[in-house]
Amino acid sequence: MSTDITKTGGGADGAPSPAAPPEPIRAIPVRHYGRYVSALLALGVLGAIVYAFAQGKINWGAIPDYFFDERIVSGAGKTLLLTVLSMAIGIVGGILLAVMRLSKNPVTSSIAWFYIWFFRGTPVLVQLFIWFNLGLVFQYINLMPLYKQEWSVFMTPFLTALLGFGLNEAAYMAEICRAGLQSVDEGQTEAAQALGMSHTKTLWRIVIPQAMRVIVPPTGNEVINMLKTTSLVSAVQFTELFRASQDIGQQSGSPVEMYFLAAAWYLIMTSILSVGQYYIERYYARGSSRQLPATPWQKVRGTLFSLGRPNGGMA
Amino acid sequence: MSEQVMVKAENVHKSFGHVQVLQGIDLEVRKGEVFCLIGPSGSGKSTFLRCINHLEKINAGRLYVDGQLVGYRQQGDKLYELRDREVAAQRRDIGMVFQRFNLFPHMTAAENVMEAPVQVKKTSKSQARERARELLERVGLADKADNYPSQLSGGQQQRVAIARALAMDPKLMLFDEPTSALDPELVGDVLDVMRDLAESGMTMVVVTHEMGFAREVGDSLVFMDGGVVVESGHPRDVLTDPQHERTQSFLSKVL
Repeated sequence: MSTDITKTGGGADGAPSPAAPPEPIRAIPVRHYGRYVSALLALGVLGAIVYAFAQGKINWGAIPDYFFDERIVSGAGKTLLLTVLSMAIGIVGGILLAVMRLSKNPVTSSIAWFYIWFFRGTPVLVQLFIWFNLGLVFQYINLMPLYKQEWSVFMTPFLTALLGFGLNEAAYMAEICRAGLQSVDEGQTEAAQALGMSHTKTLWRIVIPQAMRVIVPPTGNEVINMLKTTSLVSAVQFTELFRASQDIGQQSGSPVEMYFLAAAWYLIMTSILSVGQYYIERYYARGSSRQLPATPWQKVRGTLFSLGRPNGGMA
Repeated sequence: MSEQVMVKAENVHKSFGHVQVLQGIDLEVRKGEVFCLIGPSGSGKSTFLRCINHLEKINAGRLYVDGQLVGYRQQGDKLYELRDREVAAQRRDIGMVFQRFNLFPHMTAAENVMEAPVQVKKTSKSQARERARELLERVGLADKADNYPSQLSGGQQQRVAIARALAMDPKLMLFDEPTSALDPELVGDVLDVMRDLAESGMTMVVVTHEMGFAREVGDSLVFMDGGVVVESGHPRDVLTDPQHERTQSFLSKVL
């Protein structure tokens, strides 16, 4: 294949070009033999793995039978719900803690420091069990006029999971948000203050929107991580995707097959989340670069169109 | 205090840790004048400018803007620190233009100009948009209203920054080396806007290295070095016939 680097339409006689149009370069491109070899090797290894799994004592037919089982679908829904709500608590709490941590007030910054120290320093599984069993310390939950209930009744498995994950996540999000807030140039704060904006206004209108560009990518990671970590709550009797698969596995006598099924569901959900993350990142990149990066769809279209061209290059 | 005075500094001191940056600044900026501050880097001129709108707190002395003590309230012989809200209120009347523009990168030019009127003065959005359009036209950028700062040249960004400061209808404008970060061919446009502003009667305090601008547009000029005012007077006198040795040596290097 030969490559010519003229642009389509370039060098045509339409524009007043100086002198004769230049001779386009026609060169033999560098051959990358290593790429072909490594591709073959990778295919070979993949084939071996697939073969090994196909030979194993696993009843693959059981997976499609249960893939859209109502218990699985409802479990996946609960996994998603738990992820979304826990992350909501985590993000709001994280921003709050980050602002507290960076505050000039020594009391609020110490409280934030202590919170982060505790919740980051203990495993989330241990925290879940503690929340679940806090009835030993607080017999009743008593919001005087509004609500009074025994702790063991109040603390449903769902609430345990939500509090456990949300409060734990807030500690991690706090560090992510702090890095984001600190990444914003001090001149931005000064400009806002010189205009007479209050601290709060400066934070919400000027600093946080710019910090988001730094905060969003690791937050996307956290969401995906959270989605997978929710499988831990099977330990406190909450039936989400993993627990539902385990239950089916025990009843149907194909426990391992159901693990594969759960893995597939997790993979599908995390893939969808990654796409969402891409678009959010794109939104917060506005103003920071002259041209926004192409969306995946635009990339696909670009590739398809360029395939028709002789040089096959993407613009 | 005379009603004709916009900024009055009495023995202003400022230090960062052990470094004494301002060591007793006394000066007066009259209403409607263009007051230029020149001096070598590290002389404290930018720091003094930032003290005027309380971005820096002074350690000793008194600083007044339009007869009001900056950052403090005096009752009897006691000084009370102002709350953040009160400091913000003082700053509303003082516009500031920075060396590095400091436009808000996540907002378009028009949104930059509208931000403070809408958020601070509670002007309606449509009114603020109309005003932003006028101001951008005044600085020659009516067609750039919907561009983000990253899509503008340095000179254009600085003119948007001037429009942003003017949107709050300040009674005093502070310029902190507004052309120092610009390519030479872009300096002229910004200076034109400032000249235009000076002609409209705005009180301006300008930290600058543009001696031509100081001579043509300035009404007063102060040469600072080592945190003190070395020499002051009418720009033409100071720039053409400096009396002090340090002024002479500085000017011989920059002119």
